[in-house]
Amino acid sequence: MATTSEPAVASSSQPNVASLLSIRSVAKHFGKNIVLRDISLEIAEGEFLTILGESGSGKTTLLRILAGFEQSTSGEVWMSGERLDTEPPYRRRVNTVFQSYALFPHMTVEQNVGYGLAIAKRPPAEIDTRVAEALAKVKMSAYAKSKPSKISGGQQQRIALARALVNRPRLLLLDEPLSALDANLRRQLQVELKALQREVGITFIFVTHDQEEAMVMSDRIALLRSGELEQVASPREIYNRPATSYTAQFIGHTNLLQADIRHGTATCGALQWPTSLPDGAALFSLRPECIRPAITASATTASPARDATVRFRAQLRDQAFHGATDLLRVESDGGLILTIRTASRDLPEGPLEFEFSAADAIPVRATSFEEKA
Amino acid sequence: MFSRAYRTAITVPPLVWVAVFLLVPYLLMFCYSFWSVSEAGTIVHSWNLDNYHELLTKPVYWETLLRSMWIAARVTFFSMLLGYPLAYFLSFHAGGKKDLYYQLVIIPLWVSYLVRAYAWKTILGTDGVLNTLLQYVHLTNHPLDFLLYSPFAVVLTLTHIYTPFTFLPIYASLEHIPRNLVEASHDLGAAPAQTFWRVILPLSIPGVLAGATFAFVLSLGDFLSPLLLGGPSGIMISNIVVSLFGAAYNWPLGAAISLSMLALVLALIFFSERLEKKWSFH
Repeated sequence: MATTSEPAVASSSQPNVASLLSIRSVAKHFGKNIVLRDISLEIAEGEFLTILGESGSGKTTLLRILAGFEQSTSGEVWMSGERLDTEPPYRRRVNTVFQSYALFPHMTVEQNVGYGLAIAKRPPAEIDTRVAEALAKVKMSAYAKSKPSKISGGQQQRIALARALVNRPRLLLLDEPLSALDANLRRQLQVELKALQREVGITFIFVTHDQEEAMVMSDRIALLRSGELEQVASPREIYNRPATSYTAQFIGHTNLLQADIRHGTATCGALQWPTSLPDGAALFSLRPECIRPAITASATTASPARDATVRFRAQLRDQAFHGATDLLRVESDGGLILTIRTASRDLPEGPLEFEFSAADAIPVRATSFEEKA
Repeated sequence: MFSRAYRTAITVPPLVWVAVFLLVPYLLMFCYSFWSVSEAGTIVHSWNLDNYHELLTKPVYWETLLRSMWIAARVTFFSMLLGYPLAYFLSFHAGGKKDLYYQLVIIPLWVSYLVRAYAWKTILGTDGVLNTLLQYVHLTNHPLDFLLYSPFAVVLTLTHIYTPFTFLPIYASLEHIPRNLVEASHDLGAAPAQTFWRVILPLSIPGVLAGATFAFVLSLGDFLSPLLLGGPSGIMISNIVVSLFGAAYNWPLGAAISLSMLALVLALIFFSERLEKKWSFH
């Protein structure tokens, strides 16, 4: 049993008022294998936070620590000013939607949803009303008496959600809840889930490996890589201002430009653009959609200014049709290969003229891809 | 997919085996149960229901059958009482030692049934290990004679022998419970004990039924333990069958009792399987 004899919260470690959940220097080792290292994160009341990462990045382990299924090796988790990580899972006002739904096969849909309330010994009349409301909210009222094995994966998903939400948790954890569904249903449920979260106002922590899903749904994305937080920011910010080369590549496509800076001008192959960075080597991320065919034909590079437009000539190597857009692979004069996203159209033969704004070349910190010891 | 010759080659031998060594003997038994024994001691092939009539009207037969069922019921109960907690502990709390403990439960099955029954004889007898110990520590000043040659001895020995048989199906059904159901239950506020009663136990019912059926059916038909350890008060129905086919030389009556037991056991297995299906969710 967890002891509750925690020392009074020191003012220095008091979480700020808007924060619901405070993860402080959490680390997790399985034997010699370090799964999480020094994770610190504040999560606000009512926030939709996505923990995004590849498989093996530690995202599920972090979620399981919050749910109470795993103990962190070091660090603390606090919720609303109270220590959370010392409590067993059944005493946390946290509910989980499992990846495989984990519905009780011997109970009906109704009994599954009412399980938490029955355990909390709520009066039967209240259980009935709240279960009916929860089923209505996920549009599953017609299946109240069905057994979980008799309904589809998407429907089981909704029941799992209702079973968690009916308890009105402070925090809802979702472990890749949509990963087992097909693409169309998945997109539909993404929208529904986001709308539902706004409606109920409960804080969601959503784990996924799908960066598109993360961008569609989240208020903030916490990108996890090899057990460490790579960047925590809103979807727009993380896409537009990636802090590292890993973030830039993991979230959407990008061109990584290894540039050499001298006297306020960055040079990468035949490309040159103004920058305020000091002299030396630097890495830039330039999104494919930031490069466009040049509007007016003029080969002269403009004088280096922050909002300057950079033009360059390139040979078309490959053109892939993606519906509304085309993805081009071009080779610039210096032999540099760039990926460009443009509106779909037929391009003329011969060398082409492209341009981008210098401000769209975002300096990023190089991420070492070696295995960390 | 496979050739006709190959399929014939692998299916015919077992079918012949079953026919010659199982179906034919059962058929013979079935016929014998409707025949009778003459004054001169020869078997008369005249069809009648006298054997079944005798079985139902002579108290010695149905009383022994009831006592056998009562012994089997107690064996079932005690092997459940031992087997379930053992299986639960192994499946949920043994951690890395799971395989070791599993082997330790299985090893007694390699020891001959007779050896185990005789072992209890040396433990329970008037000069046995237990009585010697009890007298040595002065808990009693004369040997306890109810320990051996009693229904108690039979129940104890059969429980010892059949507990692994109840353990195995229960363990298998517990191992089949997805662990995320246990986590989901904890997540929804249920403490470990509540989780056990509401999730783990209901999902292990098929294993419990299979284990109970094993223990009951196997001990109901047992004749060695009552023979070695039962004494006059521990006689079971199979001992009667053995004597009818042996010294008493009344094969027809023995066959009638055997077939009645067979019907009883088949009915039991049938209902147990029906229940298992009802409680099965995988």
